[in-house]
Amino acid sequence: MSELLQQLLNGLSLGAIYALIALGYTMVYGVLRFINFAHSDVFMVGAFIGYYMGKLVPEHTLWGGLAVLGAAMVGCALLGMTIERLAYRPLRGAPTLNVLITAIGVSLLLEYTGQVFFGAAPRNFPAVFPVRSFSLGGVIVSSNQLIVIAVSVVLMVVLQFIVYRTKIGTAMRAVSLNPKAAVLMGVNNDVVISFTFGLGSALAAAGGILYALNYPSIDPLMGVMPGLKAFVAAILGGIGNIPGAALGGLILGTVETFVAGSEWSTYKDAIAFAILIIILLFRPAGLLGKFTVEKV
Amino acid sequence: MLTVTDLSVSYGAISALGGISFTIEQGAIVTLIGGNGAGKTTTLRTISGLLRPKAGRIEFLGADITRLPAHQIVARGLCHVPEGRMIFSNLTVDENLAMGAYLQHDKELIAKNRDYVFSIFPRLKERIKQMAGTLSGGEQQMLAIGRALMGSPKFLMLDEPSLGIAPRLISTIFEKIVEINRNHGITILLVEQNANLALEVSSSAYVLETGRIVMHGPSRQLRTDPQLKATYLGG
Ligand SMILES: Nc1ncnc2c1ncn2[C@@H]1O[C@H](COP(=O)(O)OP(=O)(O)OP(=O)(O)O)[C@@H](O)[C@H]1O
Ligand SMILES: [Mg+2]
Repeated sequence: MSELLQQLLNGLSLGAIYALIALGYTMVYGVLRFINFAHSDVFMVGAFIGYYMGKLVPEHTLWGGLAVLGAAMVGCALLGMTIERLAYRPLRGAPTLNVLITAIGVSLLLEYTGQVFFGAAPRNFPAVFPVRSFSLGGVIVSSNQLIVIAVSVVLMVVLQFIVYRTKIGTAMRAVSLNPKAAVLMGVNNDVVISFTFGLGSALAAAGGILYALNYPSIDPLMGVMPGLKAFVAAILGGIGNIPGAALGGLILGTVETFVAGSEWSTYKDAIAFAILIIILLFRPAGLLGKFTVEKV
Repeated sequence: MLTVTDLSVSYGAISALGGISFTIEQGAIVTLIGGNGAGKTTTLRTISGLLRPKAGRIEFLGADITRLPAHQIVARGLCHVPEGRMIFSNLTVDENLAMGAYLQHDKELIAKNRDYVFSIFPRLKERIKQMAGTLSGGEQQMLAIGRALMGSPKFLMLDEPSLGIAPRLISTIFEKIVEINRNHGITILLVEQNANLALEVSSSAYVLETGRIVMHGPSRQLRTDPQLKATYLGG
């Protein structure tokens, strides 16, 4: 029983990280209808901003950890908005395939520029947050797991608030439903799209920091696998659907952790993708996605 | 209020408007009628900035708006209720209205506009929390007009508000259009295939045929025009 709970806890905290990354894929898809393949590299840059920022603050302090987190989020929000401005905005109205290929290009650019600046060798991510662990009825809870869960819950609540309760959030949903109609309301779609990239990238940065805390070896290609998983999570939940991305992330993280703890552990990635295929066979639009029908 | 001069628009190689000109005076209801594919929707989309003209000039309140981005045209008080309504189907009625007030910052004015919308379309008030996509066609049209009114427009362009709506509701909606014009002095450009109805509520009319204006004049006069009668008014 405590074994099961332990695995569940580990799985949910991994899943929360996937969820944070998946949200960026799904939000950008919502407003621009394409997959931003460079998103996983924004996640990597987030971890590296955290790495350098971590040298400036004392280790093992809550405020130091939060400062690192904040810096990475702000830095990546700016990075995401810059990528959108320079790489994707000039392609507005171009066929999706062109934008997708550009996204792959941006992804490679970030990965290999990362290797130039950070080197290809892995680096050790500093323990910026306090490290402790507690035992709760046989389940070992590490402070890092608590931080992952607390940070992701707070960020998701804030995101929920922004998307459903603010003017810019309503505009995001409006642009996603009908960009032309949004323009006719006086919305500057470019501003909304830029904001969406900023928001998604900040969440990816948070994911990067949380991931690096738990897997403290970081390198310029570290985003590839978690990025792919998060992309799968976004599809699983129904691409374009925000609660879906969160749910998809949690499911994927949990399943992966359980498989990793079983005798089939070598197949953990294969199983994650097999689940995707099976779910999509039965629900092609993803778990929470639906094919919307518009009345004309 | 609005002056369109020699406006030409094409979709790739296909010409949709071949140099049309017209003027709309402040406070008027003007209608643009014409058959399928005449270029009515194209005209409105070009005025509101969704399409770029090949040639010509559009002036609104004395300023050239021909090359302005669409969201800046709305900001000047020129609002377009598009064909097919284009409500935000997965937003609630309330959120759709809030989007209509996107450029308004005065909370009091927003509340006043909302009350006004609910006073002319009480049905919307009963459905504020409902997803707009689940409204009936007529209700969606009311929402599309109401949403436009939330922005305190000076000039309203309506593209076929009668499309796909039960006859009884059509007359209600047209009454409201006249009321909006009378009580609030909002100038209206009404695009319609239902020419009888359009000529009844408007003061003047333009007839569009394959991208050219073939006739214009006071609506009362056009209603009795034999040629127009034969083509658009069902004999
Ligand atoms: N996106 C488009 N691409 C190519 N041609 C188009 C496009 N939109 C309209 N057209 C063409 O331009 C012409 C004018 O179309 P428009 O939609 O303005 O007509 P309309 O008068 O609004 O017709 P209806 O009453 O059927 O709505 C038509 O010949 C149409 O086929
Ligand atoms: Mg039309």
